[in-house]
Amino acid sequence: MEPRPSDYRHLVRMAGLFVVGITVFLLLRSFFVPKNFGLLGHYNPGALQQNMDHPLKFAGQAVCVACHSEQADVRAKGRHARVACESCHGALASHAQGDNPSTVKPQKPDPRTTCIICHTASISKPKAFPQVDPAEHAPEGPCTACHVQPHSPKIV
Amino acid sequence: MNQDRRTFLGQTGKLLILSASAALAWEHVLAGTPENAPNYNFKDHWWGMAIDIEKCIGCGTCVRACKTENDVLLEDGNFRTWVERYVVDPADLDHPRVESPSGGYAGFHEREVKDTNLKMFFVPKLCNHCDHSPCVQVCPVGATFESPDGVVLVDKTYCLGCRYCVQACPYGCRFIDRRTETVDKCSLCYHRITKGLTTACCETCPTGARALADLKDPRDPIHAFLRDHKVQVLKPQMATGSKMYYNGLDGSVR
Amino acid sequence: MNGVEGFIYPNEIELQWSVLIVLYPFITGLVAGAFILASLERVFNVEAVKPTYRLALLTALAFLLVAPLPLQIHLGHPERSLEMYLTPHTTSAMAMFGFVYLWYLMVVLVLEIWLDYRREIVLKWRASQGWLRTVYGAMALWSDNISDSALKLDDRIGKTLTVIGIPSAFLLHGYVGFIFGSIKANPWWSTPLMPIVFLFSAITSGVACILLLYFVTCWYRKVTVDMRCVDTVSKYLFYAFVVDFTLEMVDLIQRIYVSDESFRALDFMVHTKLFTSQIVVQILVGTVLPIAMLGVTQLVRMKEAARRAIYVMAGTLTLIGIFAMRWNVVIGGQLFSKSFLGYTSYKMEFATREGLLPSILLMILPFGILWVLIRLLPPWGHDEQPNVKRA
Repeated sequence: MEPRPSDYRHLVRMAGLFVVGITVFLLLRSFFVPKNFGLLGHYNPGALQQNMDHPLKFAGQAVCVACHSEQADVRAKGRHARVACESCHGALASHAQGDNPSTVKPQKPDPRTTCIICHTASISKPKAFPQVDPAEHAPEGPCTACHVQPHSPKIV
Repeated sequence: MNQDRRTFLGQTGKLLILSASAALAWEHVLAGTPENAPNYNFKDHWWGMAIDIEKCIGCGTCVRACKTENDVLLEDGNFRTWVERYVVDPADLDHPRVESPSGGYAGFHEREVKDTNLKMFFVPKLCNHCDHSPCVQVCPVGATFESPDGVVLVDKTYCLGCRYCVQACPYGCRFIDRRTETVDKCSLCYHRITKGLTTACCETCPTGARALADLKDPRDPIHAFLRDHKVQVLKPQMATGSKMYYNGLDGSVR
Repeated sequence: MNGVEGFIYPNEIELQWSVLIVLYPFITGLVAGAFILASLERVFNVEAVKPTYRLALLTALAFLLVAPLPLQIHLGHPERSLEMYLTPHTTSAMAMFGFVYLWYLMVVLVLEIWLDYRREIVLKWRASQGWLRTVYGAMALWSDNISDSALKLDDRIGKTLTVIGIPSAFLLHGYVGFIFGSIKANPWWSTPLMPIVFLFSAITSGVACILLLYFVTCWYRKVTVDMRCVDTVSKYLFYAFVVDFTLEMVDLIQRIYVSDESFRALDFMVHTKLFTSQIVVQILVGTVLPIAMLGVTQLVRMKEAARRAIYVMAGTLTLIGIFAMRWNVVIGGQLFSKSFLGYTSYKMEFATREGLLPSILLMILPFGILWVLIRLLPPWGHDEQPNVKRA
């Protein structure tokens, strides 16, 4: 027997449910998808700004050199010319930024432990790198006893 | 088809198309105008890094600097960057002895090594910011992506924490940050490089073993680096388009 | 470091995907397998398995409703999970799977069950009182047309749905396999065979599950088991399992022969960390033994009681074996380092968000839902042969 129009009634209602569901979905989409999603790629372009907005902890040596040009000149003449200020002095953006750098007084690096971090001899280190055994090479006292100027550590 | 059925189908179809179009149009209305372009122009940069194994002394300064700059929870076993030490017997390149104590955070203790024939070196590792990144490919929602200037970043407000990207990364550079319950990884200090600074690890590396590279800058030393050295990327067989270029990378490096 | 042997990348110590993620392919596998068994009757007219038809559909629905739960519990931000539907990344198998799941649930399973049961729903609507009447009314979409022409129409559409449903079921679980198989970074997962292995193990587990449920429901209702039905279901279980085992062995033999860079590390892992779960539980107890038992029933004439006992035992072992297979894939894939130089350990806790307790509860839940579905929409009595009540 051929189906009559009334036989479709339940199917129409089910189809209607699906239409409602899809419409709700599309509405949800327009509310919840972040603004401009997909503009630059499949992501929220606001995330780029989000990633740019972290606070700085390291100032970068260019900023240090701007004020401490004297130390920078001394450094430029020695073997530490390529060592950044904050490698030894630690993160100092808090000192460099802000109106009054003297409110944040950087601590002087320890004149032994700081040097040992890099210069402890190790069979794993490249042979050309200057390295000593701290137990034998001046076992007591600060390295600055002989390497007076850490920015240019050559013993004069 | 009888007339009633045809009419019904036609009307349903029209309703469907209209609702869909309305919703899409509304979305565009809500989206408003595009964001103002920031001062930094993405198109001028293509970021990578030059890593020179022959210069790395395993001091761990980079690991400490990254922790400070990016507030990384090393104690949770989260490492945005780390250093590995390789001890390789030339007669047995397939079985290097590798270690990375706390990722190299406190440097490496000297080991008693009797055999002076061994080859030893340090390998700093970080996110490779792949151009054909498998992690970006698998992210179900678009929470991790490659920026227009070539840095793979994470949108922490969008990440579900499904960890599919962690599984997909061949280099092991991703992890879950329990504070945000999302994925985290090296961001190439995006907040620094977009301001003309270099990354925390490259800034503090005392030997210049790590150097940020802008491949679009004709004056960048990376071009000479790539030309004058035998360079390699990690796991080249994965064809990830890694932009961390290593000089002196031994075949035994995993 | 506890639980770590050799060298692993520092971020690899902790496993990313826990036992909850083992549950997920197991559950979706049961769904796909149950549906394919049901389609045997509907599309391929295998009359013998008719007693399990509706039970299989309801089981598939009960399990499919639970399937997203382990995933939600595992997510760092379950409240953001709608993002997979709002901004799906088309290159991500996981995102596209969300739509496969939705399609399968709404278009295939719900529609098919609704069309098949509509006559009973309307009859119960007319016969019920109170809130149950509202429930049945809603299920009928307040249309009480159960004339012959309407039912014939339903049957035609239902058949079409089942035909669409078979590739949909294949897609449902094949996709889960692809989610793992497409990860080139992980050699334990990365093989083109993965979707197919997952699919056939899904069929195997689903058929075994329905077989067991059929026995349990017959026992509970004190009704004799239709031997022709269970003989046929077990035959299909046997065939599916043989294909599944063959595929897994092909993968294994290929790996051993080709012996690429990852092989030694994986081989070591299988012989040490995964020995019990893979060699003993999955392969010997969970695959070889049930295949042998079912094979015996195919080759040797046995009394009904003996066959029934074997079917129940084999079915149970099958489910254990397929669960172990999911475990070995998911957990095993994370136990070795991607440096191929070391291993870590999986510490499964008990009463934490991703521990054993939630997993057990999640496995019990579908049976609870099934019980409700069976009460609302009994899968027997419609046009079955009247069963002889046991004395």
